[in-house]
Amino acid sequence: MGGSAKPHGRLWTWLDERVGLAELEKLVKKKEVPVHRHTVWYYLGGMTLFLFMIQVATGILLLFYYRPSAEEAYESVQFLMAEVEFGWLIRSIHSWASNLMIFTLFIHLFSVLLLKAYRPPREVTWLSGIGLLGVGMGFGFTGYLLPWNELAYFATKVGTEITGVVPLVGPFLGRLLRGGDEVTGATLTRFYGIHVAVLPLLTTLILGLHLFLVQKHGMSVPPGVERAGGARRTMHFLPNFLLRDLVGWLSALAILAALAAYYPTELGQKADPFAPAPIGIKPEWYFMFMFKTLKYLPSYILGIEGEIVGVVGFGMGGLVLLLIPFLDRRTARGEPSRLFTWIGIAIILYMIALTYLGYTEVATQ
Amino acid sequence: MRGLVALAWLALVGIAALPAPAAAQQQRPESCAACHLETGDERLANPVKQFGEDIHSAKGFGCVACHGGDAREAGMEAMDPAKGYIGKPERRQVLQVCGRCHSDARFMKQYNPALRVDQVTEYATSVHGRRLREFGDPKVATCVNCHPAHSIKPPSDPRSSVHPLKVADTCGRCHGDPKYMEAYKIPTDQLAKYRQSVHWRLMSVKGDLSAPTCNDCHGNHGAAPPGISWVGNVCGQCHTVQAEFFGKSPHAKVFAQMGVPGCATCHSNHEIKEATDAMLGLADQAVCAGCHAAADKGGKAAADMRALIDSLGGEYDKARAILLQAERAGMEVSQAQFDLNGAKDALVKARAAVHAFAVAAVKKETEPGLTISAKAYARGVRALEELQFRRKGLAVSLVIILAVIAGIVVKIRQLDRKEQRTPSP
Repeated sequence: MGGSAKPHGRLWTWLDERVGLAELEKLVKKKEVPVHRHTVWYYLGGMTLFLFMIQVATGILLLFYYRPSAEEAYESVQFLMAEVEFGWLIRSIHSWASNLMIFTLFIHLFSVLLLKAYRPPREVTWLSGIGLLGVGMGFGFTGYLLPWNELAYFATKVGTEITGVVPLVGPFLGRLLRGGDEVTGATLTRFYGIHVAVLPLLTTLILGLHLFLVQKHGMSVPPGVERAGGARRTMHFLPNFLLRDLVGWLSALAILAALAAYYPTELGQKADPFAPAPIGIKPEWYFMFMFKTLKYLPSYILGIEGEIVGVVGFGMGGLVLLLIPFLDRRTARGEPSRLFTWIGIAIILYMIALTYLGYTEVATQ
Repeated sequence: MRGLVALAWLALVGIAALPAPAAAQQQRPESCAACHLETGDERLANPVKQFGEDIHSAKGFGCVACHGGDAREAGMEAMDPAKGYIGKPERRQVLQVCGRCHSDARFMKQYNPALRVDQVTEYATSVHGRRLREFGDPKVATCVNCHPAHSIKPPSDPRSSVHPLKVADTCGRCHGDPKYMEAYKIPTDQLAKYRQSVHWRLMSVKGDLSAPTCNDCHGNHGAAPPGISWVGNVCGQCHTVQAEFFGKSPHAKVFAQMGVPGCATCHSNHEIKEATDAMLGLADQAVCAGCHAAADKGGKAAADMRALIDSLGGEYDKARAILLQAERAGMEVSQAQFDLNGAKDALVKARAAVHAFAVAAVKKETEPGLTISAKAYARGVRALEELQFRRKGLAVSLVIILAVIAGIVVKIRQLDRKEQRTPSP
């Protein structure tokens, strides 16, 4: 294409008169992506979006069979896995893509953090990105319970109990999430509603804002590259960048297919609220670092319950992460900001170390 | 004559039971404890110390309920025989003292309406009771030997000497002591053998308190060895299906004629091991081989029954293994695994049917089990085929995806080369 005006067909002309395709085409042709040694990180956002689209598509297919009640949820998933043609594939892809999506979301977050892409004027893009991370983890937390199996049931029990520890509003939040004092069928229905209606609505709003801002501000060139004289080259978004994106997406699809075929998501035993908690219950991997931290904390720290300190600590940590664009004044002024680079590296190392310990240390109740 | 003696003996106990301690529960605080604790003599102090946790103490009874006397008196006058004081009851007296309340249904109803009131009557039928009555045997157990006076607790209390986990020790205290039992010329290895049994393992390892211990087979207050002809009835309390099959089997009659006990002939009595398929047939560990040989009809039936059981066991294991393999590979086979439980049930039923000692009875159970196993195995095979299909499908998908990726990469290079030749404005 290369920006040259090509004659379009009658349909295009018809649509252009009604929708304004020419303006859109102009916009897309004008869009360019800087090329430099950190360009590779630009693909992570698109990859996350692609995986999210897979989630939407497979999620809709799962909805055709899933029945959100304590009596039928497990059986409906079992039926889907055993009897429905390619049901196993759809569920496995939904499950694996959710994990990959959170993974790419984290990498996207940390690349943005370390490349200081949050600096003005992209503070709101950062805020909406953190919002999407929260929504993504909410999807994971609520979706984990939906098959109503033993592990998910007890992990949710522990997860909602931790929510109950939050000072002042904790007990209320815990009851609100569970729909009562215990994890029951009411919790399942509630999580289902949140998973398929509330969170998608939030995602649509926040993702819309996020994409609009990315479009508005373009790709951020890292301060280091800028200081060295800026990106020497650019490439067209369409088709050059999009084709490269496509390679990444297709690779992700291939990985997903392999994972789904070789490691189909297990269903396990049906949840039994009266059974003792099985040994080795654990949350999804992306909650593991928090779960493990809470386990390591002593019962009391300075007279306050260790768990409360942990939960409040993570809350404060989340707040600091959210407000980084406003705290990192040096980057905002265009000066090097080693402190926040090291903070970013410390967060990454902490998460990796605690997650590793969570999976390698002896399973506990 | 023996019946008359028993009646007379019961009458004696009955007469002693007449002045039932109707006001026992309203006794006042006693002075007995004060003196007994002060003497410094452990023999006198210990009963008082122990009595604090006794069920009778908890229900409001005091020393005089059993020992008589008058607790209102402060000194030795309390122990005036004229006031009914009997001191430490003699061996025979123990039955009268306990029976005075425990044989009185109206009285016991106030404390534990569900508790039986025939302990003394039952005791009269026990070997212990008979020896005490007929020979005045000073070594036989009476109430206090199993229910230690002053620290009696209900059987449901884990500290009680008659809690299911403690019964064997309580009986074994005498029956496992060769010196104590020397005069009776009966074996003293019952406790050691019982400790090797499947029943004790169930109780002590698996915590199944309903598993049998001494009193479940011998009776408790009426303890006696089960007679040859009624051993089957005793085992049949729990093993009902096996007992029913055995009752109708040719062995029931033959064993009775031979004067050997039903179940215990093959399974032994105290040292009952977990029954395995190896006990059936004519091989080394088979108990059938003790009487039968390959040439006789019984030996052939034993071998045939074993073959049927082995066949179902083998098919069940085969189906289970393939379903497990499919499950581990990530296939959803839980329904097939559930259905396979039917074959397991059939195997259990077939093993029970062995006690009919008829090939047809075993075959009736194994045939449906074999059908279920075959269906489950076929589903396992299908699941593994499906797995292969998935993997092939994956390989094809991957080839297509990789081809598309390669095409895109080529296109990207073309674009890059083109742009290098014509730099964008």
